Amino acid sequence: MSQTTIDLKSIAAAYGKAHEKVVRRIILCAGTGCVANGALKVHEAFVEGIVAAGLPVVVELKGEEKEGTLVSKSGCQGFCQMGPLVTVEPEGYFYTKVKVSDVKEIIETTLIHHQPVERLLYSKPMSGEHCLTTHDIPFYQKQHRFTLKACGLVDPEDIQEYIYQGGYESARKAYVEMTPKAVCDEILASGLRGRGGGGFPTGKKWDLTRIQPEGKKYVICNGDEGDPGAFMDRSVMEGNPHCVLEGMMIAAKAIGADEGYLYVRAEYPLAVKRLRKAVADAEKLGALGKNIFGSGQDLTLHVMEGAGAFVCGEETALIASVEGKRGMPTPKPPFPAQSGLWGKPTVINNVETLATIPLILQMGAHEFRKFGTEKSPGTKTFALTGHVANTGLIEVPFGTTLREVVMNIGGGVTDKTGQVTGECFKAVQIGGPSGGCLTEEHLDLPLDFDSLRSVGAMVGSGGLVVMNKQTCMVSVARFFMQFTQNESCGKCVLCREGTKQMLALLDDIIEGRADETTLPLLEKLAVAVQKGSLCGLGKTAPNPVLSTLKYFRAEYESHVFQKRCPTGQCKSLRQPEILADKCKGCTACARKCPVGAISGEKKMPHKIDAALCIKCGACAQACKFGAIVGV
Amino acid sequence: MNTDKMMIIDGREIPIEGERNLLEVIRKANIDLPTFCYHSDLSVYGACRLCLVQVEGRGLVTSCSTAPEAGMKVRTTTEEIREIRRIAVELLLANHDQGCPTCGKSSNCKLQDLARRMGIDKVRFKPVHKSKPIDKSNPSLIRDPNKCVLCGDCVRFCHEIQSVGAIDFAHRGSNVAVLPAFGKDLASVECIYCGQCASVCPTGAIMPRSEVAEVWKALGDPTKKVVAQIAPAVRVAISEAFGGEPGTVSTGQIVAALKSMGFAQVYDTSFAADLTVIEEANEFLARKTKGEKLPQFTSCCPAWVKFAEQYYPELLKNLSSCKSPQQMFGSLAKDTLPAKLGVEAKDLVIVSIMPCTAKKFEAKRPEFQHEGVQDVDFVLTTQELSRMVEEAGLVFNKLEPESLDMPLGFKTGAGVIFGNSGGVSEAVLRYASEKITGVKIDAVDYHIVRGEEGLREATISVGDVTLKLAIVHGLKNARAIAEQIKAGKCEYDFVEVMSCPGGCIGGAGQPVPKDYQYRKQRTKGLYEADKTLQLHKSQDNHYVAECYKNHLGEIGGEKAHHLLHTKYHSRRRISDEDLDLVSGTAESKLVVSVCVGTSCYVRGSQNLLHGLIRHVEEQNLQNVVDIKATFCFERCNKGPNVAIGDVVLEKCTFEKACEVLGQKLDEMKQKS
Amino acid sequence: MPQSVARSTQMMRKFEKVCQILDQYDRDPAKLIPILQAVQEEYRYLPEEVLTYVATSVGLPPARVFGVATFYAHFALEPKGKYVVRLCDGTACHVKGSIPILEAIRERLGLTAQKTTTPDMLFTVETVSCLGACGLAPVVVVNEEVYGQMTPEKGVALVEEIIAKEEQK
Repeated sequence: MSQTTIDLKSIAAAYGKAHEKVVRRIILCAGTGCVANGALKVHEAFVEGIVAAGLPVVVELKGEEKEGTLVSKSGCQGFCQMGPLVTVEPEGYFYTKVKVSDVKEIIETTLIHHQPVERLLYSKPMSGEHCLTTHDIPFYQKQHRFTLKACGLVDPEDIQEYIYQGGYESARKAYVEMTPKAVCDEILASGLRGRGGGGFPTGKKWDLTRIQPEGKKYVICNGDEGDPGAFMDRSVMEGNPHCVLEGMMIAAKAIGADEGYLYVRAEYPLAVKRLRKAVADAEKLGALGKNIFGSGQDLTLHVMEGAGAFVCGEETALIASVEGKRGMPTPKPPFPAQSGLWGKPTVINNVETLATIPLILQMGAHEFRKFGTEKSPGTKTFALTGHVANTGLIEVPFGTTLREVVMNIGGGVTDKTGQVTGECFKAVQIGGPSGGCLTEEHLDLPLDFDSLRSVGAMVGSGGLVVMNKQTCMVSVARFFMQFTQNESCGKCVLCREGTKQMLALLDDIIEGRADETTLPLLEKLAVAVQKGSLCGLGKTAPNPVLSTLKYFRAEYESHVFQKRCPTGQCKSLRQPEILADKCKGCTACARKCPVGAISGEKKMPHKIDAALCIKCGACAQACKFGAIVGV
Repeated sequence: MNTDKMMIIDGREIPIEGERNLLEVIRKANIDLPTFCYHSDLSVYGACRLCLVQVEGRGLVTSCSTAPEAGMKVRTTTEEIREIRRIAVELLLANHDQGCPTCGKSSNCKLQDLARRMGIDKVRFKPVHKSKPIDKSNPSLIRDPNKCVLCGDCVRFCHEIQSVGAIDFAHRGSNVAVLPAFGKDLASVECIYCGQCASVCPTGAIMPRSEVAEVWKALGDPTKKVVAQIAPAVRVAISEAFGGEPGTVSTGQIVAALKSMGFAQVYDTSFAADLTVIEEANEFLARKTKGEKLPQFTSCCPAWVKFAEQYYPELLKNLSSCKSPQQMFGSLAKDTLPAKLGVEAKDLVIVSIMPCTAKKFEAKRPEFQHEGVQDVDFVLTTQELSRMVEEAGLVFNKLEPESLDMPLGFKTGAGVIFGNSGGVSEAVLRYASEKITGVKIDAVDYHIVRGEEGLREATISVGDVTLKLAIVHGLKNARAIAEQIKAGKCEYDFVEVMSCPGGCIGGAGQPVPKDYQYRKQRTKGLYEADKTLQLHKSQDNHYVAECYKNHLGEIGGEKAHHLLHTKYHSRRRISDEDLDLVSGTAESKLVVSVCVGTSCYVRGSQNLLHGLIRHVEEQNLQNVVDIKATFCFERCNKGPNVAIGDVVLEKCTFEKACEVLGQKLDEMKQKS
Repeated sequence: MPQSVARSTQMMRKFEKVCQILDQYDRDPAKLIPILQAVQEEYRYLPEEVLTYVATSVGLPPARVFGVATFYAHFALEPKGKYVVRLCDGTACHVKGSIPILEAIRERLGLTAQKTTTPDMLFTVETVSCLGACGLAPVVVVNEEVYGQMTPEKGVALVEEIIAKEEQK
C-alpha cells in the first residue's frame, strides 16, 4: 500500500500564509507550573475578552486564513515561579503572574492602545526597574536557549506550526539524503553526549547498534525522568513533542530500526497526552508510518506510560518494563546495543538528547560544536531549584560556571525568609540522588561532564538544587539515601541491603546514636556499594553520602562527636534551654508543653527537663520573650 | 593446547572449552568462587555480587554474566573484592534470622558456610531483620521468609524449569520478598510440591516438611508395627549425607539402619514399581491396540499429576490410571501385610523413604485414604532418614549391610531404574516387547531412552509395531508436549514425565548436592544396580506373579483395578473463592453456583443468576440454599453453566435450574 | 435481597470491563503494564480477583502479575479514597519544607504513614518522589490538579475546602 509522501514545504507554506493574516499573537505558557497557577483560565479569559472587545480572534491556526489575534498556548518557558506567563507579540511584552482579572487591562492597554501594562512586567528585585521583554530579564539574558527554544514559542499540539518552523526537515534529510552511517558520523562529529546522566557519546551508541546484524531493531526514548528536582524532559515532551519524535526518527534511521517506544513517566500525564497526539498527527500527515519521505523505510512509535519506578530510568530496567515485567536491571554486558528489547539491538536515548538531534542535523556538527566546551559540546538544560531567587528551567552552554548560574540567572541565594542575601550560599546539589554536592570552592567550576566528575559529582539529568546555610548536609544525604532506598529495585544485595544500612547509619548520626566507628563504616559501605552494585542506581547511590562526607566532614563530625547539628535542623540533637535572664516566668511555655517537661514557679525562671523533652519546639513558639533557645 | 583459547586466572593459564561464562572457567580451575544466585540450569541473574572478579582493563565484573575471552587476565581474590564480599555477606547476615543451630539447613547452608569461610566473627551492621510469618500450609514444604536471601533461584526454577511460577518476587526495594500470588500460602496457589525450590535454596528459606517426629513416635509405640518401603533413588544418594560419593549403592546399610531404629520390616518400592510396569504396560498396549487416549502419560510422579490436574484437565484421560509405586505399595501392604505379619490393620504403620517432597502430598490425597487412614502413613525424604540415622548415632558407612524382607522387598532391575529419567520407559519397553512379540528377549538395555536431556525422543520397532516415545523431565517440557497434543500435533504413543531434573534421583528430598556431577553419578548408580541384579524384567519377578495369583487376580482385573489404579480430577480453579450472594443458615445447605466467566456471561448467566436469587427469595428458601457467583466449570462452549449441589447443568435455562433445584431440595428433605 | 442482586450486577460489570480491556491489548502478556493501568483507571485499584482473572487471561502465573503490580508505585492493591492527595517530596519540595505540610494534612485527616486512607474513603494521602513541578515547590496534587507554593496552612485549607464541598452534596 503506497502512501503519499508528506510535502513539508507545502504544509509550511499554507501555515505561513495563514499566519501572515495574524496581526497579533498572545502566547500563554501552558507548562505545568503556569497551568497550576491558572494559565488555562487566563487563556479562556483572553479568548472571551477579545471577542467581547469586538476584536477578531483566532484560537487555532489550522490552515484557515483568518485575520485577528491568535491566542495560543506554548510549552514551559522556564520561569515557573513567575507564572502564569503571557507574551504579547509583535511587541514581545512579557507579563508575569497574570490573573484572570488582569486580562481586561491587557486587552485594553496593549491590544487596543499598544502600551505595556507596567505593573505586570517583571521588575528587577534590586532596582525595581521594569523589563519590557524577556531580553531584559537577567534570568533569560544569561541563558542560551537552544533545545528549549521552541518550547516557549510553538504550540505543542500543532504539527503544522512545528513544520512551519522547519520541523521534520532534519528527519527528511536523514531519510532521503543520508546513509545510516552518515547520520551516525554526523552525530559522532558533533560530539553530542547523552543528556540522561552518563554522558556517553550518542553517535558511538548509535554506531554500535547500527553495526549489529540487520533485522529487527528498536529505538527507545527514555522519558522516565525520575530524579527528584529535575523536570527538563517533562518540559520538552510537553512543550515540543514533535522534536522528540523527530529525534527518534533520525535515531531509527541511523540504526535501522522500524519500531520504537516512548517510555514516559506516569507522573507526567500531559506529556503522555501531547506525545500521543503528536504521534497520531505525524502519522496522519505521513511523517511517520510506512515509507517515510518515500525512502521505503517504516517507523511505528508507541507511547508507553511508566508506572512509577525510578529505577526504570536505567536502560535495562526500562526494557524489562516495556516487556511487561518488573523493572529490574540485568547485568551489562550484553548492552542494549547488542541485545535489548526482546533480545534485539536497541538504542535508548534520553528526551533532551533526542530533542537536540534535529537541531544538529539542521545546523551541522561543526556549527553545534561552537557551543559548549571541546569535550562537552552544546548546551545543557538544568532545573534550577531550592534556595534561589529565580527557580525554573534554564539552558546554558556547557562550561558555564556555577556562579553564573546561581548568582546571575538564579538571581542569588535566598535565606530562610526568602530574601536574597550575599552570604548564605552553602552548596549546590547536582545530579539528583546519583549526584554530589558542589560548594563555594566550586563556584567557578565550569559545568561540564568531565569537570563535574573530577569533583565527585555528575551532570546527571541536570537537577540543580541550591542550598543555603540553614541546610543540614547530613540531612540532605539522608534525604537522598531514603529516596534510593525506596527506589532500589531490591535485586542486588549491595544496593538493597547497603542502602538500607547506609540509611540506618545516617539515622544514627542524625539521631545522636553514632560513635567513632560510624563514619568509617559508612564510608567503607558506601565504597562497596559504589563498586559492587549491579546497575547505575546502586553504583551512584552512595554519591550524595561520599560527596557530603568529603566536603562537609566537619558537619558530620559535629553530629557524631558533639551530638550537635550546626544548622539546628536535626530535631533529635536539639537541646532546648530557657535563658534565665530572659524568662519572665509567665508559664506560657509550660502550658504548651505536650509532655509536661517544663516546670517552674510563676514569675520565676522555668526549666526544661531534657529527659522528658521531645524537642517539638512548641515552647519556643509560645514564648513571647525569646527566652527559649536551641530549638 | 590451542593458546588462542587460553586465559589467565590468578596467574595460571586456563583453557576456555566452551564454558558459557567466566564463573564456569574459574570453577573448572578449582577455585570455588562463592555464589548464591548462580545455578547452571537457570538463567543468569547477577544479584548476589559474590562472584565479582577483577578483569584487567575492565575492572570489577560479575563472572557469572561475563563471557570468557581468550587472553583475559582475571584475579579472583583481591583486597577490594574481599572487602566487597565480606560486606555483602555481613549485609545479608544483618537481615537474617540468625537462629542457626535450630535451622534445618544448618551445616548445609551456604550463607553459614560463607560466613565461616570468610572468618566473619562480627556483623558490623545493625540487625534490621523483621520477623515474618512462616508458611506451614501444606504437607510438603515449609517456607520461612526470615531466612530468604532473595537470590531468586527458587523463583527461576519454578518458572523456567517447571513453568509453574507459584512463587515470584513481589514488592520493591527493601520490601522485596519471594511470595506466592497475593502473599497467600503455598497450599492456596498452584504449587506442585516438587520442592525444587527447596533444593536450590542456598539457605533454609524453603525446606521439605519433616515427619521425623511422627515416625519416631510410631516406632516408640509398642502397639504399632512399623514397616518401611525404600524408593529406588534413595539408595544411590543417601551416602552423600555421610560423605560418600554420589551413586554409591547403599541399600544394605539403609536396611540395617532402619532395622536398628526399630522398623519391623523393610521392603522395596521397586517391588511396586515392577507391579506398576505390568499394569501400566498392559494399559498402554490396550490403548495402542485401540488407538485411543494416546499418548499415554506416566503417572508415577505426583508433582506431574498435580500439574496436569491444574493446567491440563482435558488431558487427564491420557494419564495412566496406575497409582504410583508408592501408593501401589501402600494399598497392597495394607491389604496383605496385616495377615502376613499378624497385626491388626490399624496397627500397621507404613513409612515411605522417598527422594521426593511431592510424595508427602500424594500420600495425603483423599484418593489414597480409607476411612481417614492413609495407605501410606508417613513419608520421609532421604534427608530426613539421614537425620534420623544421625540422631540414632549410627555410623552409616560402617553399618553391616542387611537384606530386604520378602516378598515385598524383591524386585527386578526394571523396578530399580524407575528412579531415573528414562527408567520407566525402559522398564515398560522390557515388558512390552516380550508381550508384543511373545519371544523372550535377552538384550534388555534400551540406551535409546537413556540420557540427560530434558526432552528425549525414541522410536522403537517391536515386531510389527512402531512405538514413539518421549521422555521428559522438567515440567516445562511436559507442558510443551501437552500443548502439542492440544494443537493436534503430537505423534507420541507414550510419554514419561518426571518433574525433577534427572528424574527421582534429582528429587528435592535428596541430600543437598555438593558436586555438580551428582545427577550423572546417581543415575549411573541405578543402572549399575540393575546390572548386578539377577533379573531385569518386571514380568520375571516371581513374587509379583505370586501376588497376582494369590491377591490381585488378573492383570488389570477388578481387584487389581481397585488396589492399583486411581482417578484424577480437575484443579483448574486453584483457589475456590466464590462470591457468596445468598448464604443459607441451615446446617445442610444446597449450594448453587452460577458461572459468571466470560463465555457464560455472554450466554446470559447474569439474568439466570438474578432470576435464581429472586426465585429463592420468593420461595423463601434463603435458609437452605447458598447462591454463589463463580468462575468457570471448564465447559465454556456449553454455557451458561450452573452447578446445583453435585450436578452441573450445561446450557442451563432458568426453568431447568428451578426444576433441578426443586428435585435436589426434595432429596435433601427425604434424607433428613 | 436487592442488595445481592446489585452486588452480582456489579461483579458482572467488573468482568465485562476487564474483558474489554484485555481484548483491547490482545491478551498480550507483554502489555501487562498498560493492561493493569487500564484496569486501575476503571476500578481505581487492582482487586485481587481481577488480577487473577487478568493473569489467567494473558497466560501468566498470578504470582508474576502480583509481582509486577507490587513493583510499581502507581499500582494500588487497596482501594484509594475519592481524593488522592499526593504531596511531592522531591528534592526541591523537600528543601522548601514539604514534610511539615504532609504532617499537617495527615494530622487534619487522622492519617499516618501506614494508614493512608480515611475510613470514609474520601481521602488518600501519599508522598510522591517528584512531580516535575519543582519551580512551584512545595507542591501538592489532588487527583490531577496541581497546587504550588504550598504551606501547612494552605494544605489544610485545601482539605477543608474539599470536605465542605462534599458535605454540601
